[in-house]
Amino acid sequence: MLLDIHEPGQAPAPRPRETAIGIDLGTTNSVVAIARDGAPQVLRDGRGRALVPSTVAYGEGAPVVGDAALARLDAGAADVVSSVKRLMGRGAEDVAALAGTLPWRLAPGAGGMARVEAAGRMLTPVEISADILRALRRLAETALDRAVEKAVVTVPAYFDDAARAATRDAARLAGLDVLRLVSEPTAAALAYGLDKAAEGLYAVFDLGGGTFDISILRLEKGVFQVLATGGDAALGGDDFDRAIAAHLLETHGVGDGALEPAEARAVLLSARRAKEALGARDRASVALPGGAEAGIDRATFERLVRPLVDRATGICAETLDDAGLAREALEGVVLVGGATRVPLVAARVEALFGRPPLADIDPDEVVACGAALQAEALTAGGDTLLLDVTPLSLGVETMGGLFEKIVYRNTPIPAAVAKEFTTYQDGQTGMAIHVLQGEREMAAQNRSLARFELAGIPPMTAGAARIRVAFTVDADGLLTVGARERTTGVESAVEVKPSYGLGEGEIERMLHESMARGREDAALRLLAEARVAAERMILATRAALRADAALLEAGEGARIEAAIARLERAAGGEDREEIDALVSALDAAARAFAQRRMDRSIGAALKGRAVAAVDAELGA
Amino acid sequence: MRPPGAVSGAPVLCRSCRAPAPEASAFCGACGAVQPPGAADHFARLGLARGFAIDRAELDRRYFALQRALHPDRFAGRPETERALSMQQSTALNEAYGVLGDPLRRAEYLLSLHGVTVNAETGNRPTAPEVLAEAMADREAAMEAEDAAAVDRLAAAACARRAVCESEIAERFAAGDADAAARIATRMKYLAALAGELRARRRLVAAAEA
Repeated sequence: MLLDIHEPGQAPAPRPRETAIGIDLGTTNSVVAIARDGAPQVLRDGRGRALVPSTVAYGEGAPVVGDAALARLDAGAADVVSSVKRLMGRGAEDVAALAGTLPWRLAPGAGGMARVEAAGRMLTPVEISADILRALRRLAETALDRAVEKAVVTVPAYFDDAARAATRDAARLAGLDVLRLVSEPTAAALAYGLDKAAEGLYAVFDLGGGTFDISILRLEKGVFQVLATGGDAALGGDDFDRAIAAHLLETHGVGDGALEPAEARAVLLSARRAKEALGARDRASVALPGGAEAGIDRATFERLVRPLVDRATGICAETLDDAGLAREALEGVVLVGGATRVPLVAARVEALFGRPPLADIDPDEVVACGAALQAEALTAGGDTLLLDVTPLSLGVETMGGLFEKIVYRNTPIPAAVAKEFTTYQDGQTGMAIHVLQGEREMAAQNRSLARFELAGIPPMTAGAARIRVAFTVDADGLLTVGARERTTGVESAVEVKPSYGLGEGEIERMLHESMARGREDAALRLLAEARVAAERMILATRAALRADAALLEAGEGARIEAAIARLERAAGGEDREEIDALVSALDAAARAFAQRRMDRSIGAALKGRAVAAVDAELGA
Repeated sequence: MRPPGAVSGAPVLCRSCRAPAPEASAFCGACGAVQPPGAADHFARLGLARGFAIDRAELDRRYFALQRALHPDRFAGRPETERALSMQQSTALNEAYGVLGDPLRRAEYLLSLHGVTVNAETGNRPTAPEVLAEAMADREAAMEAEDAAAVDRLAAAACARRAVCESEIAERFAAGDADAAARIATRMKYLAALAGELRARRRLVAAAEA
């Protein structure tokens, strides 16, 4: 141990030098890079190409990846898969909605992971991604002439837990030890910051093939601190291609559904080339099935993709707002991702941030370079530090299908938060815990990550059990959840990844502090409940007015309508007490009318029946 | 430099070399091995004096320096036990930084150290008498603000009120008057909620203008 001594406060001694690469596993293209002494370098194949299309051709023999797979696609081969990143971490049900937009056949799934049908095999996105990663690893080994076993792999900042875990699994399948998953905008900032010695606040606008991320980072003396992140895991350059293809097919009288998957892929590929050409030229053409060519000009293209670009800039504005920052506070905006080469994208970013964006480093390569720098820092040691955040809130489903957040989005990671819940029925011996990720109020609107059951709670009266649910998010953004009944010690956990477990005292303290935030949720929930009650009351009263207007006395209808109008206005506002008060007021205004309706219906029900029978029914 | 994060109390032994650490810190003074985070309060963890008035730049500086030493990325390739401890240390630092970096959470935390809980009522419907009249006037003004510029003026005014609260509460904490500090914290809590509502209102009127 003598050799292991280091000064307190300093980083532990680095391990002997290993070969660790950085991989940008993209939707459309992937790139691999290595850093030596803080200088990143992308690795190229024998023909000097750095961009490896994230496309895999299946058939007899080993899968073919990259340009060779694209060539097969051009030749009309059927079993070629691309853009599989869009399926990472998705369940079969999630992707059913995407079915029409993906140019390959999805296997009919009965629950579980989404699968793609290729060459008679059912492949998971993890396996297909592993094939791409294997090819990248081989490229690196050939370029470096030595074995490579370790890598930093980038993921979109907005990837959820399931997609991150799937990426990690894919790397493992490809024989790579993942040192760290790094968010793509953070990796870009790392490459950028170290290269340009940038300091201050920066926004990274990352529009890739299939994902969009915006991250606001603070750069200071080698520290890269993410302040806020936003995005859309299903928005990218692919959507531009689809917009072009759909428009041209429609104007040339070809229905989308009429195409074979291989034809659809060929049109999309041709549309992508047209999009790239329109960066420099005013017109381009797209090959349609059957040998026809269709022309498209830049103005038409921009009109088609404008709504997609607006979606991205809208998310930017919200993310800035979230971070409590005005655009003037930023030192600069960095463009990342191939889709930012579209002139309209750069122009809209400039308009939004009020300054020309920076794109000095190749937007296709900057993420891999950042990953390589981090890989070097993790193996050879380094002075940089990446401090990332959770992109989406994490929590559990509670009574009535509501979503209760436990870890809020933009919380710095690693993080640990615990919250206490209780049973709601006497003698309840189990509690189902449904772990979710997202920002919406209702559980069903968010992404389901895991379900597990805390069983064996001894029967107690409702509300007596104290069930502590602890969420732990590691530096990769991966989640572990544990639940424990505190009076008896019954325990259960989902190990999304190996748990690091926090000390008992830490959790206690964090639990205590989280209580305060829990109350804010409660206030919002009360408001939501009051609104529901108001709506229900209004609907019921209106239905009664329609059905039994004849029972109204003079002026009574107008009084009830006025009470409804007041309540409706209040329900649109934020004041729960006012809503509650006006619900009572409407109730009072309509009480006599309701009584008359009730009397009449009881009268109708009793007509012709013996009093004794009615008394028996009422238990008199 | 010995990093801050000192804890007082029973003597603690280093997990690695069993040397007694008279005042536990993030690293063992004898062998340098990383230690569990312990029960240090947030101020001690970041090496700051306990109190409301803190130097924001100093907080950031210390947080970055400690994360540089303790973040899991510094322990890649180290034994599993050390990595687990680094993860715990880094998590505790993030928690402390989050609490101390936010004036309202810092005030609530200080009050909890005094055994005082801040009034639970939140949102725009406070029942605490000290903010009731203020909240009613603010609500009316917010509803009457029909354009983004008008909402921005209200937000700026609310922000100024928050700044006043922060300097007042700093004085109250310095004077050891927890009850008065708790009353101001209630108002800060209300003003934080108001800021959120004004942001929502701004989005609404901006969307209507567009």
